[in-house]
Amino acid sequence: MSMQIEVNGNKIEAFEGETILSALNRNGIKIPTLCHMKKFIPSGACRICVVEVIGSPKLVTACSFPVADGMKILTHSLKVTEARKTIIELLLSNHPDDCLYCLRNGNCELQSLSKEYHVVERRIRGKKNSFKLDHSGPSIVRDPEKCILCGRCVRVCEEVMGVACIDYINRGSQTFIGTTLKKPLNTSSCINCGQCIMVCPTGALTEKNNVALMQEALHRKDKKVVVQYAPAITVSIAEAFGLEPGTDLNGVLNAALRKMGFNYVFDTTFSADLTIMEEASELIHRVVNGGKLPMFTSCCPGWIKYAEEFAPDMLANLSSCKSPQQMLGAVIKSYFAEQVNLKPEEITSVSIMPCTAKKFEAERATMGRDGVPDVDIVLTTRELIEMIKLYGIDLKNIEPEITDSPLGVRSSAGKIFGASGGVMEAAIRTAYKMITGEELANFRVCAVRGFDGHKEAKIKINENLEIGVAVVSGLANAATLIEEIRNGRDDIHFIEVMTCPGGCIAGGGQIIGVNESFIAARMKSLYDIDERETIKVSHKNPEVIELYDKYLGKPLGHKSHDLLHTSYEKRDVLL
Amino acid sequence: MKKSIDNILEKYENSGRDALIALLQEIQDNEGFLSEEAIVKTGKKLNIPTSKIYGVATFYNQFRFDPQGRYHIQVCRGTACHVLGSLTVLQELEKTLKAKAGQTTRDGMFSIEVVACIGACGLAPVISVNGTFHANMTAESINELVETYRNKE
Repeated sequence: MSMQIEVNGNKIEAFEGETILSALNRNGIKIPTLCHMKKFIPSGACRICVVEVIGSPKLVTACSFPVADGMKILTHSLKVTEARKTIIELLLSNHPDDCLYCLRNGNCELQSLSKEYHVVERRIRGKKNSFKLDHSGPSIVRDPEKCILCGRCVRVCEEVMGVACIDYINRGSQTFIGTTLKKPLNTSSCINCGQCIMVCPTGALTEKNNVALMQEALHRKDKKVVVQYAPAITVSIAEAFGLEPGTDLNGVLNAALRKMGFNYVFDTTFSADLTIMEEASELIHRVVNGGKLPMFTSCCPGWIKYAEEFAPDMLANLSSCKSPQQMLGAVIKSYFAEQVNLKPEEITSVSIMPCTAKKFEAERATMGRDGVPDVDIVLTTRELIEMIKLYGIDLKNIEPEITDSPLGVRSSAGKIFGASGGVMEAAIRTAYKMITGEELANFRVCAVRGFDGHKEAKIKINENLEIGVAVVSGLANAATLIEEIRNGRDDIHFIEVMTCPGGCIAGGGQIIGVNESFIAARMKSLYDIDERETIKVSHKNPEVIELYDKYLGKPLGHKSHDLLHTSYEKRDVLL
Repeated sequence: MKKSIDNILEKYENSGRDALIALLQEIQDNEGFLSEEAIVKTGKKLNIPTSKIYGVATFYNQFRFDPQGRYHIQVCRGTACHVLGSLTVLQELEKTLKAKAGQTTRDGMFSIEVVACIGACGLAPVISVNGTFHANMTAESINELVETYRNKE
C-alpha cells in the first residue's frame, strides 16, 4: 500500500512495510550507513543513520524503522547531524590514527564519513584499541584495532557463506570480532573467500598484499616472470581508471603487464577451456560408468575448502580437476618450461585473480611437483590496480596487445567462467559435443545465467539422456542443495558451485565498495564477448587442441592426470 | 558423580538453540570450565557454529575456558568491595599469581574469577577461595593468604 510521508518539508511516496531508509533512498536522499547491508535484515547497531521523526522523543534509526502514513521526518536537522558527528567522533576515539599507512586509505567508509561530517579535530580522546594483527593465513589479514564492530563481516560469513567463522567476542567496551577460542584465521574454518573484506567499511580486513613481493620478483634477473589473469579480471578494472564499468580491457591489460616487466602474458581463460575438456570428460565418464553423482565443479577454492570442512561426505562427488589457475600454473612449469628451455624453478609463475582464496589454493601442498609450486605469487584485482598505478601506466593511452603463445588463445566459453553459471554453460556446450558428436544448436544456456543464488535446468542431450544441472553461488545456497542431496535428491547430475554471490565478477579480490550495477555490467560484458567472438566452445580452442596433440595426449589421460588433477581431504577445524 | 559431556548432551536430545546457556552451565558445573571439546560437541548437538557458542559464552562473566586451579579464588568486585579497594586487591593478586582474571596459574594451583557481588558486603573487600570467605582483604593480606595456600601443598 502506498502512502505519503513528509521529508524535510517535501511530500514523498512510501510503501507500507518498508523502512525509512528504503523510502529515502528511492527518492534520492542519501543517509549515511555503516552496519546496513542491502538484502539483510537490519541490525540497527551503528546508529549512524538516525533521523528525526517529529513527535518521537528520540532519534530513530532509518535503516530499521518502518514508515507510517503522514510521518514527518527531518534527515539533516542540526540535532541529527550533531548526533551523527558524535557517533563518528566516538568511533574515531579508539581508532588507530594511521590512515596514511592503511591499505584502505582513500576507500574507507569511516574516513569518508568523517570528512562528510566535518570532523576536523579530535574532540573525544579514548583509549586506543590494542590487538594483535592476524596475518596467519595466506589470504586475509585481520587488524581488529581498525574494527568498528559494525558486524557486516560476521553477517556475510554466516548468512551468505554459511561458514560463521567469526563472531562478536566478549561484551561492552571489551568486544572484538574473533574466531572460536581466538584461534588464528589459518587454523579456523575460514574459507578465505574474502567477502568479509568486500563488506568491511575500514581497513580491519584486507587481503594479504603481495605488491612488494611482486615488485621484487619483477626485478630479479635470474628468473623469467610469467603471468596469467583470470577471465573476470579484464572486465573488472575499468572503473578504477575512470572508464565505463564493465569495459573489457583485455588487450590493454596485456600491454600494461608487459610494460611492468612480465616476460610472458597468458590468459587463464585458456586453462578454463582446458578445465572444460577435462571436467566434461570426467562428467561423461561418471555418467557412463556409474561413477559418483552428482558431480560438483572444483574451480572455486573457497568452495573446495568449504567442502573439505563442512561436507567431507561429498568429497568423492567433487570433480578431481584442478582449478584453471592451477592447471595453467602446472602447464607453465612443465610444457611451457620445456618449450622455452627453462627449468621450473627458473620461472616465477604469477596469477592475477578476482579472489583471495586463490592465494590459499596456490599454497596447497598438492599444487606443485618436486617442491616447486605451480603458482608462486597470486595478486588480486585490487593489487593489480595498485601495480598499474605504481608503475605509472596510463591505460587510456596505450595500444592493446595480444597474449603470448602457446597458452594465450581462448574461447568465449572459457571467458564466461567469470560469472556464476559460466562454467556450467561452457561444460554443457562441450559435453554435448563429446556425447552426440554435434555442436549445440543454440549455444546460449540462459537458464543458468544471471545473479540468482540457485539456478536449475534440465538439458536434453539426446533421446535417452537428459541431465539435470544446478548452479549455486553463495555457499549458504550450496549448503541447502547438499542437504537435499544427502536426503536422497537424485535428479541432478552436475552442480556448479561458486563461493561468491554472482561468481568471480563479485569475488573477494575485486574493487571494494562498487555499485551493484557495476557488477551487472561486468556480467553483461562477459556475455557480450561470448556473443561477439567466433570460438564459442572450449573444444575448438586451437591451442588447447595443440596442447593435447603435442603433450597431454587425451583428456583424463595419464599426463593429464599428473598435471591437471588433484585430490581433497577432510579438514578438522572448529566448525 | 561427575558426568561426562556426552551424558549431559544426551539430556538435551530434542533441544534447540535456546537451550545453549543452560547446557553450557551444566557442562561447566561438571568440568569446571568449557573445553574445546565441550564447545564442539555442544555445537554439533544444537546445530550452532562454534564461533556463536564462543561469542555467547564470552558475553557472560560466568564462563571460563581454562580448567580451574586447585584453589579457585573469586574476587568480589561489587559496589561495596569496590569502594573499599577491591581493585587493588585484584591487581595485587594478578601480579602475585602472574595470571589474569579468568585464567589459571601455570602450575594449575590457582585460578582467578571476578564476580559481581558475592553477597557479603559487610565483609568487604571479600574474596572466596574454594567457597571459604576471607574478609577485609588488602594488598598485603592477599599475599599472605596466597602464601598460606602455597604452604599447604
